[in-house]
Amino acid sequence: MIDLDIGGVVEVIIDWLTNNFGGLFDAISAVLTSVVGGLEWVLTSIPVLVVIALFVALAWWMVGRGVAVFTLIGLLLIDAMGFWDDTMVTLALVLTSALVALVLGIPLGVLAARSKGVERVVRPILDTMQTMPAFVYLIPAVLFFSLGTVPGVVATVVFAMPPVVRLTNLGIRQVREDVVEAAHAFGATPRQVLIKVQLPLALPTILAGVNQTIMLALSMVVIAAMIGAGGLGQQVLKGITQLNVGLGFEAGFAIVILAIVLDRITQAMGAGRKTTHK
Amino acid sequence: MAQLRVENLYKIFGSRSRTALAMAKEGKSKADILEHTGCTVAVDNATFDIEQGETFVIMGLSGSGKSTVLRCLNRLWEPTAGSVKLDGVDVTKVNDERLREIRRSKMNMVFQHFGLLPHRSVCDNVAFGLEIQKVDPKVRRERAYETIKLVGLEGYEEMMTGELSGGMQQRVGLARALATDPDILLMDEAFSALDPLIRTQMQDELIDLQQEMKKTIVFITHDLDEALKLGDRIAIMKDGAVVQVGTPEEILTSPADEYVSSFVQNVDRSKVITASALMFDHPQRVVSPKDGPEMAIRRMRQLGISTLVVTGPNRLFKGFVRIDDAVTLQKKGRGNTLDSIVVTDVPRCGPDTPVMELLPLAVDSRLPIAVINDRDQLLGLVMRASVVSEIMGEELAIPATANERSEA
Repeated sequence: MIDLDIGGVVEVIIDWLTNNFGGLFDAISAVLTSVVGGLEWVLTSIPVLVVIALFVALAWWMVGRGVAVFTLIGLLLIDAMGFWDDTMVTLALVLTSALVALVLGIPLGVLAARSKGVERVVRPILDTMQTMPAFVYLIPAVLFFSLGTVPGVVATVVFAMPPVVRLTNLGIRQVREDVVEAAHAFGATPRQVLIKVQLPLALPTILAGVNQTIMLALSMVVIAAMIGAGGLGQQVLKGITQLNVGLGFEAGFAIVILAIVLDRITQAMGAGRKTTHK
Repeated sequence: MAQLRVENLYKIFGSRSRTALAMAKEGKSKADILEHTGCTVAVDNATFDIEQGETFVIMGLSGSGKSTVLRCLNRLWEPTAGSVKLDGVDVTKVNDERLREIRRSKMNMVFQHFGLLPHRSVCDNVAFGLEIQKVDPKVRRERAYETIKLVGLEGYEEMMTGELSGGMQQRVGLARALATDPDILLMDEAFSALDPLIRTQMQDELIDLQQEMKKTIVFITHDLDEALKLGDRIAIMKDGAVVQVGTPEEILTSPADEYVSSFVQNVDRSKVITASALMFDHPQRVVSPKDGPEMAIRRMRQLGISTLVVTGPNRLFKGFVRIDDAVTLQKKGRGNTLDSIVVTDVPRCGPDTPVMELLPLAVDSRLPIAVINDRDQLLGLVMRASVVSEIMGEELAIPATANERSEA
């Protein structure tokens, strides 16, 4: 039998990256730290009731009264359980990760939709990102970015990005051929076709991808906590390691509430576009 | 010179199109080519000219390559070989930027399934072409409103296109193509998705619009009736090749082959064949009002007929003279001219009058029908017998027309 040492090869690559691109990783680290930190600071320094009021207003405006009431009760409950600050830290982490995932993922989806070649390369990479156990890439993330919030964000981005890439690609490919053809027939440049026709028509599908990305980011918070990211994940981890069932459930419950609120609001974004764009 | 000249156009789908093209040029059959190369020959050596201001219909069944030809004109699909010359410029050779320029200013398109943007209002859809050209928003809005009015959608400007019926959506499609004021309008089965009543209505409106606009229209259809109704000239396609190009009457009266004749045999000829197809110029039958009766009588005796046509200078139509009146006039003495005995209350029609409308004229009167243009000039005569035989059927028409000719 042939004996292949793939693990050894990966180690060499990782070493090489760490040695040669240290500066780049430091720069990424600096940017992510300041974004997450800034967001955290904003969310925690605004009075709790003001933040809750803002979320309730947003839920009411985007979705309706039911979700607004749920948001009010849910967020008050989180505060009552004493997890407010942790929740805001988690929210900062999730929003940052989702933002990075979208900034990278949407253009990648667009590229994949426009070129079969890009799609062919991107698909197996996305498959890997989604199915490779997260613990495996936590280690290189730590090697590149050391412990803390930043490797947490990076790992979350890796895990959460695939749906928005896939759904952007799908959404653009699903735009009716004759509409695209019409735009070309009127002399539109490829860029005009993308901006004026494909993206607006693919928007509901892209927003479904955004929603999925945010949900996946939220599901990564516990794993990210293992490499030092703070927030609710940290509390769940504490509950597990200390066999403190109550604490674990409370923090888990807070994650669920945050997830439902974010899901309903982002879902309504996609659906809202759908109704006005009929 | 033709505005649009298509020469030896080929479009072959498949990865080995070069080999397939060489085979097609050698005259190999489509089945052979498909078997050897896996390529489909969609357009097979199409050549035709389109004149400025004419409505040129390309007709064929599905799979005949008609839509492919259309898409090769503005290169939505790249032709495999051949040239498309627009005002002398070979469209197939220009670069992308120049091609976009041509699409923006010279050729616009109307699609079978409309191809409208569902997330935009009627006005924004119509203004799309202008938006692509980066026209000032205010100007394009004004222009869009004007064009919307032109296609009869006034009042619907701010509605979403999804809320409109099919016929109205296609009006938006038409307005969008007209808004940039192109020279050429490419219409790909533009009315095929509409129900029959709306379809007829849209055809009529297109004809009316075209009277004013005088655009060059390339219209694709699978419906012969539509082709005959709209087309100044028609190209019939079969299996990617252009089988015949001609006016509706040429197509009907002298089909190029079996395929075309099997196509046209079910058409109601009486609605399509017009007076100009049946009329003959009979120079010997024409006399001047200044002539005397003797000459008219002699002419009628020679020809064995009982009437002559009287025309003034420039073939200005006056009427007929009957042999009885001429004989009476002759008896009155010398020096009289035909002027006094011209019968002016006679059947007459224009060159575009369909045979169907000639029938009552032929039945009511014993005189031939005079075909005159809008300046009252005589173009020719239609014999009553040829009207009847045209309506009765082709078999009768041929010997009867031949008789008319020998009679003259």
